[in-house]
Amino acid sequence: MSVTAPIGLAFIPLGVALGLLVVHAGLDWWWAPVFAAVIYAGSLEFLIVGLAATAAPVSAVALTSFIVNSRHAFYALSFPLGRVRGVLGKLYSTYTLSDEAYAVAVGPGAAHWSSRAILMMQAALQGLWVTGAALGGLLGEALPIERLRGLDFALTALFVVLAIDAYRQRPDRVTALSAVGCAVLAWLVVPGQLLVCAFAAFTVVLLARLAYERHADA
Amino acid sequence: MPDRATHIALLVAVAAAITWALRALPFAILAPMRDSIVVRYLSTHMPLGVMAMLAIYTLRGHTDGSARQTLWLAIAVALTSVLHWTRSRALLSILVGTATYVTLMSLWP
Repeated sequence: MSVTAPIGLAFIPLGVALGLLVVHAGLDWWWAPVFAAVIYAGSLEFLIVGLAATAAPVSAVALTSFIVNSRHAFYALSFPLGRVRGVLGKLYSTYTLSDEAYAVAVGPGAAHWSSRAILMMQAALQGLWVTGAALGGLLGEALPIERLRGLDFALTALFVVLAIDAYRQRPDRVTALSAVGCAVLAWLVVPGQLLVCAFAAFTVVLLARLAYERHADA
Repeated sequence: MPDRATHIALLVAVAAAITWALRALPFAILAPMRDSIVVRYLSTHMPLGVMAMLAIYTLRGHTDGSARQTLWLAIAVALTSVLHWTRSRALLSILVGTATYVTLMSLWP
């Protein structure tokens, strides 16, 4: 459990930030723990705050959810679901397969974890996340937070941090630059559909690059 | 407003269903393809790409086009990046970057 503790501790302040943003956007505070428990995908929850506050259409939320969490699909390649016992256990384990749960479960410390240990780790992370969000929501109710301008910059800062972390794990300048290029191009050409167009373009660039690299190797 | 709450509940349900599908279904569909070169290539390059695109996507909500606000945004993004690049403390970077932006926006909107 020693690997889970530092991640879990970071969940509280980040959850508080989510709760504050929920209230800041004009939503009832209890949406924060609801988002945290039901969606349970940190970065998507931050994005949903804005979409919910502006009553975005279902299609926009569906597309955003797909793009933001598409990376989770690849966790199936290495997450030790085979060690989790029972249908209920597997359902819960996949439901709460967050970035952090994945990182802990495939880490060296968890190489011999039992079904129970894996599920306990996931439940602990989810519990802490919901607690943080509820605290943040209540704190937002108590403070005159609506008057702060630009608080939603926290979301941008979060993704900047996550992008730098991802770069550190796999330093690839071409990937970073082509992603930025696709996003900026989509912003200029189709600002209303930035995310989905950038994602499509980036996927095409990756596939083209792979084809080129294999051609060069051959 | 019950209508508003119902709509938000629907959005939450959709987001949760898609997220769960993306987490669970690949164990059946993608895992057998773990030796596929395309799947492995996408899985190594997607995380960085998605995060970088999301960072830019969230910038869109801030800019009203005024030069001053764009400058504050650039300062806050640069500060967050430099701080995280040198210290790698996620919370510290987010907190300082956000506090800086909120301060600049409140003092000189």
